[in-house]
Amino acid sequence: MSADWPLWEVFVRARRGISHVHAGSVHAPDPEIALQNARDLFTRRSEGVSLWVVRSSDITASSGDDRAALFDPAEDKTFRHPNDFELPDAVSHM
Amino acid sequence: MAYVTLTESEPPTGSEDTDPDFESHHEEFLRLIDADERIEPTDWMPERYRSTLIRQIAQHAHSEIIGMQPEGAWLTRAPSLRRKAILTAKVQDEAGHGLYLYGAAETLGIDRAELLDRLHTGRQKYSSIFNYPTPTWADIGAIGWLVDGAAIMNQVPLCRCSYGPYARAMIRICKEESFHQRQGYQIMLTLAEGTPDQHRMAQEALDRWWWPSIMMFGPSDAASIHSSQNMQWGIKRFSNDELRQRFIDATVPQAELIGLTIPDPNLRWNTERGSYDYGQIDWEEFNRVIAGDGPCNAERMERRVGAHNEGAWVREAAIAHAAKQAARAAEDAA
Amino acid sequence: MAPTPLLTFILRQGDRSLVLAQRLLEYITHAPEIEEDMALSNIALDLIGQARVLYSYAGEFEGLGHDEDHFAFQRDADEFLSPVLVERPNEDFAHVIVRQFLHDAYAVPHWTHLAESSDATLAALGAKAAKEAAYHLRHSSAWVVRLGDGTEESHRRVTVALEHLWPCTEELFEVDEIDAELFSAGVSPDPSAIRTSWDTTVDRVLTEATLPRPEPPVPAVTGGLSGLHEDDFERLITVMQELARTHPGAEW
Repeated sequence: MSADWPLWEVFVRARRGISHVHAGSVHAPDPEIALQNARDLFTRRSEGVSLWVVRSSDITASSGDDRAALFDPAEDKTFRHPNDFELPDAVSHM
Repeated sequence: MAYVTLTESEPPTGSEDTDPDFESHHEEFLRLIDADERIEPTDWMPERYRSTLIRQIAQHAHSEIIGMQPEGAWLTRAPSLRRKAILTAKVQDEAGHGLYLYGAAETLGIDRAELLDRLHTGRQKYSSIFNYPTPTWADIGAIGWLVDGAAIMNQVPLCRCSYGPYARAMIRICKEESFHQRQGYQIMLTLAEGTPDQHRMAQEALDRWWWPSIMMFGPSDAASIHSSQNMQWGIKRFSNDELRQRFIDATVPQAELIGLTIPDPNLRWNTERGSYDYGQIDWEEFNRVIAGDGPCNAERMERRVGAHNEGAWVREAAIAHAAKQAARAAEDAA
Repeated sequence: MAPTPLLTFILRQGDRSLVLAQRLLEYITHAPEIEEDMALSNIALDLIGQARVLYSYAGEFEGLGHDEDHFAFQRDADEFLSPVLVERPNEDFAHVIVRQFLHDAYAVPHWTHLAESSDATLAALGAKAAKEAAYHLRHSSAWVVRLGDGTEESHRRVTVALEHLWPCTEELFEVDEIDAELFSAGVSPDPSAIRTSWDTTVDRVLTEATLPRPEPPVPAVTGGLSGLHEDDFERLITVMQELARTHPGAEW
């Protein structure tokens, strides 16, 4: 059995009100050690209030080849963006 | 729909010989670089770009880890509690920087275990500056001031390196690094303004570290920058000579401010160039030390390899425990 | 003039933290993974911080113009009042972890109770140090479990470490006139409450680690709290103090 510790991706919520953001990765044998290692590596300067650690092998990533198929068709559906609707000035705050 | 898990993924790569779509892939790759966009792990990249980055990032990581040793030697001996605490935080940061960099290298589809193996067997190197000893406390000051100072010169441009994960790791590192240089300079300042013995300690450390520090930037490459592949690929932004000159110009006044003399009789301000002229570098010594003949090469590797080998039973125990826990969870679920 | 009970109490705490930090600092770059070098240096940093607060307070209280560095660098080895447990050497990672664990299981209830002290400075430190110690205990107990319930080799090594270090644990709970006086003044924690908490934590973790609890020490290793230390202690202190002592009065 390989003694190599698996890779985990780390997500940090910097403070209340914002989402967890990917910070990088750590090696660890299990979730508890992964959490401790992530805390030491990414938040020892008080850069966070919440940590997630996820095994890298559990993260499914879209591959570069599919960028066109997955993302380009959204480009011509601009009606999904607020800027695409002209409204009277009186309701410009909407 | 194709997908990958993060651990299975390796950036799609190719070379002219192997990739039928090389032309169009390469064109898109260069377009991104020229637009100062970041290349990310799922983007196509030339195989040489990938292998160059793996080597460069890994050797940078190895340097951080090995760099813990010369300073680590003074953790138990720091002359005040405040200095002890600061040095501990610095050495801890270096471990952290190594880990950020190994993480960045791993996005290129290689394991940290493999990279460490290359370090341990001499196939990858670390910065030869760490093959020098730290005989006195003033050497700790000199390392922070000069070695970290030189490293910062190299690192700031790398924050805009074309490869996303490397650039992001460098941004994190640069944020933490400025405290490192400041603490080193403060040590030197305190010594230089202290007792005659302390002043002498500081001057002798400067004498020992000046030339190795300016050699950190590597040999002159002025002749090759324009055709340099690494420049074209956004991995290298400035030439070795440019960075070295910048470092010298910044550091000479810092030495003067605290009454220390740089050990270069040929150092003088050149008004025309607006920079300092400096003496000839002894590249033979540099090459000797890189080739393994430096004062501490053997010691550094023994410590690193020793820690790794002696720690094998610990790493295995953790994996064994994790496997037992997984088996128990499966039993409970069944 | 003999030190007052409070001064002795403060120095015992500071010395315990500093000596343990010193052993951890010896181990940096020797740890089995880079992540452990980070974790142990983090613990050392917290311990140094505790020692600094305590020594500064000792200096204020003593009123002789001594600062934190005086207590760390200018006292002789036999003036250090740390328990023998924390001066035990880094024989291997199992020893480092078991030493840390046996200490942390004591430190958590100790600091937690100290947070209720009638002495404001100690209470403030207790509150802060309790949080640090909780994180240290989380780390050390996780490793005791992984080593105890890992491989045969790790189980053997941690059993040996436990046997070597167990005799040093009685000293953590020694109560002398100083402790009695300070406890009745509401300054220091109730030793029996700390003992109960320590026993509970140790039993829980050793059970999970499939490690047998060693038999009571015969005899207990003790004396540190009164300045009687083991063979390597003199060297540990000399290494720590040498540079500062070579340049008396110098600033660093």
